[in-house]
Amino acid sequence: MELNTAPERFLYARVLAAGMRSGLTILTAGSLAYALAWLPVRVPFEELPSMWALPAPEYLKATGMPTGWNWIVSLHHGDTLPLLGIAILAGVPLAALAVLVPFYARRRDWVYLFIAVLQIGVIVLAASGVLAVVH
Amino acid sequence: MNNSRNIPTRCAALLGIVLLGTACPTAAHAAGYAAAAWWIWPLALFLVCFLLGMVAVPAGIGGGVLFVPIVTGFFPFHFDFVRGAGLLVALASALAAGPGLLRAGLADLRLALPLALLASVGAIAGALIGLALPVAAVQAALGFTILCIAALMWASKRSEYPEVALPDALGAALRINGVFHDRATGHDIAWRVHRTPLGLVLFSGIGLLAGLFGLGAGWANVPALNLLMGVPLKVSAGTSGTILAVVDASAAWIYLNEGALLAVVAAPSVIGMMLGAFIGVRLLGFMRASSIRILVIAMLLIAGLRALSKGLGIWS
Repeated sequence: MELNTAPERFLYARVLAAGMRSGLTILTAGSLAYALAWLPVRVPFEELPSMWALPAPEYLKATGMPTGWNWIVSLHHGDTLPLLGIAILAGVPLAALAVLVPFYARRRDWVYLFIAVLQIGVIVLAASGVLAVVH
Repeated sequence: MNNSRNIPTRCAALLGIVLLGTACPTAAHAAGYAAAAWWIWPLALFLVCFLLGMVAVPAGIGGGVLFVPIVTGFFPFHFDFVRGAGLLVALASALAAGPGLLRAGLADLRLALPLALLASVGAIAGALIGLALPVAAVQAALGFTILCIAALMWASKRSEYPEVALPDALGAALRINGVFHDRATGHDIAWRVHRTPLGLVLFSGIGLLAGLFGLGAGWANVPALNLLMGVPLKVSAGTSGTILAVVDASAAWIYLNEGALLAVVAAPSVIGMMLGAFIGVRLLGFMRASSIRILVIAMLLIAGLRALSKGLGIWS
């Protein structure tokens, strides 16, 4: 029986911890900037209650909020900046998996190299915006 | 000590007060006063998530499974935004716990990666389906699923060290086995898996539900790993978080790209839940597991019935 001392788990854990800290810090800082109105907003605060009850497609239509990756060019808005923290949190597993690829390649562990690459492909596909909801 | 043991009851009472409090602004909203008090909702959401975080950690669940039905049932946010935030809450909880569990050898990557791959494909499909289907149908299905989860939590028996007489061919080929050190007993426990093909199919379904409802998947991961595949309970619980992080991140990207992640909903939810979990970890030592379990099951029953009645149009 092989001992569970696989060193890749330490690499994976290090990336998870660093990504988690960065994502949560940016999310908290961005949310503070939003809540304290330090930045201009796309949707005025007083209009929020009539907007957040709408389905996502109607909300986007009513507010003109960006979809896909277009939020990146709108980070100077308080209601978009927290999305950077959210994107970092959602990207953490991708970064952790990317660290595993050279590790498995060096070890010639082709099966797990293949699984890690495939998993990266799946997350990249989801993140790319290619897959869209048919309403 | 008695005071400490009353903490779950106090949490439940506080949660009830906050949720009851949210019912009053619902009437105000209808009367047109909502615009003046927009900040009440994010603040109430933060408080509810803080309390959920305190309960979720000692209950051994990610929080998403409580978050989605409760917030859907008692807050005015659209279901799309609640599901997006639910995935993020579950993802943040899994990311926070993951590094420690991996370093302690309680999360196994060889076990997690093949299962997470199929589960993440299921989660992406679930997110795409969930955002396309009529809200009432998904809400009714959520209510039914939550009631089933409550029944599963009530009835399921877990096995600390399941017996795996013969590993299956796929599990052996993928070298899904290991030895972990159980600090409680001081023993090194060898483990291996069986029924891997069935486990892969089941995790695709679990992923689908996670993406569809924004629930996270810890409630299903642990029994599937432990009871179906024969993984020791502690390794099941540890590995569940590693799988969950990949699965929820995959589905969260779909919600983000579709504009279904709203900062004013997601941010107080994640921050409140993380702060609550921080306190919950410190309460772990002196809270009764049985009290927490009953509290969580009761919350699931109420939230499940509320979601079901909302979906069926009985109590909108």
